Amino acid sequence: MKLTGFLLLLGGWIIVLAAIALLPSGASEVSFVLMALGVEALGLTLVFRAHLIPARERK
Amino acid sequence: MTPVRAAALSEASAALCLVFVLLIPSATAGLALINAGLGRFRNAAHSMLSALCVIAVAALVYFVAGAAWQGSAGQAAFAWHVAGHDWNWIGAGRFFLRGLELGGWSSLAALFGLMSVGLAAIIPLGSGADRWRLGASCASTVLLAGWTYPLFAHGVWGGGWLAQLGFVDSGGAGVIQVVGGLTALSVTWILGPRRGKFSPEGMPSALPGHNAVLVLLGCFLAWLGWLGLNAAGAILFTGVAASRVVLIAVNTTLAAGSAALCVAAITRARFGKTDASLCANGWVAGLVAVSAGCAVVRPAAAVIIGLIAGALVVYSVEWLELHLGVDDPGGSVSVHAVAGLWGLLATGLLAAVAPGDAPGLWLAQLVGIATLLGFILPLTYGLNWLLNRLSPQRVAVEGERQGLDLYELGAGAYPDFMTHNEDFWQR
Repeated sequence: MKLTGFLLLLGGWIIVLAAIALLPSGASEVSFVLMALGVEALGLTLVFRAHLIPARERK
Repeated sequence: MTPVRAAALSEASAALCLVFVLLIPSATAGLALINAGLGRFRNAAHSMLSALCVIAVAALVYFVAGAAWQGSAGQAAFAWHVAGHDWNWIGAGRFFLRGLELGGWSSLAALFGLMSVGLAAIIPLGSGADRWRLGASCASTVLLAGWTYPLFAHGVWGGGWLAQLGFVDSGGAGVIQVVGGLTALSVTWILGPRRGKFSPEGMPSALPGHNAVLVLLGCFLAWLGWLGLNAAGAILFTGVAASRVVLIAVNTTLAAGSAALCVAAITRARFGKTDASLCANGWVAGLVAVSAGCAVVRPAAAVIIGLIAGALVVYSVEWLELHLGVDDPGGSVSVHAVAGLWGLLATGLLAAVAPGDAPGLWLAQLVGIATLLGFILPLTYGLNWLLNRLSPQRVAVEGERQGLDLYELGAGAYPDFMTHNEDFWQR
């Protein structure tokens, strides 16, 4: 889950780079950047969940 | 995208800027005091010594390689040519600051970098407090000052691709604070929580800081340092006139004050009493958040930035600890990463720019935030994870029980204090 989360974070950033490099300025570029931030938010959620301490480790 | 050129400074502006840069160590001292005060008394000397060592390591590493990777506007840089654009991603300056012209813009920028990299490096000490080995924190700083920080700083302040997009971060909310805050998050994940912090059911227990006076004194020092940081950064990297420094000082003070008052009001309303350590965190969060747009927002906007930064700190400290199991004794993640990200976003939303420039600025700020979360966080986590595989960063159980002062330094900060170790009794 942790690795998937970090890959989603990186994936989101690559979408941002692709959007600003390939798309013309305007609504489509902004939409792609916002979607990419959504992908990053999902990745961040997974990374946080992966670091929740399992109950057995707390004991 | 157009290449960003270094600003030409008049002699008076350069002298004024030098004075502001020399105030930055006050911010570093403030954060060191806050980190020490929010930790336990048996780790206080270790915390202050770690701060000093980390600043020393950061300065040396930045001198050797960091400044070369960061580069400065108009100087040599590595670039990729993709889809008709030149992506200027890292500086190609000379190591050991060779070829630096003394007295000009580039020497002031190098001095500013030397001071601000220490400030960034001290931030993770707050999250790793009470369990991070001295040697490990220095090794982690080598990676931060030698690679992570210069990489992002080049993009923003070195004439790199984010600057070419129009990203605004005058005082380093992203470059210094969020980079430091995300490293703090990585460190706290890798180290794990302090012993006794979470019950087997996952409920956090309060481990309050040992000296609220140190924490609050740290806030005063941080305020002074931030005035210099924001003013110098704005003159050097946003190209504002020295006459605009008054606005920057007003914005910086208003944001810090409104954030602290917001935290005081929220904690009073929720808990019945005002929480001193959270108010201190709120004060610094206000300073952090306004750093990005201190030169381009109006005072009323600075108040809004501060109020929201204060509220964010209260709720993110609670959320991180209660729901996400993050043990961050100094609140570094909330104060520096969360508030810094809010400051970058707020600059895009509230900056007083021409209506035609607003959408471009907003998009550039979003791209900067996406880069911090999508590139800097995995990078800093990966580097610290590798470091931890090579040599564990966390102190041994015995060291945590005894206190890092005695375990690593051989003497405590307060030799007359009695040590109570009830929190290590088996329950």
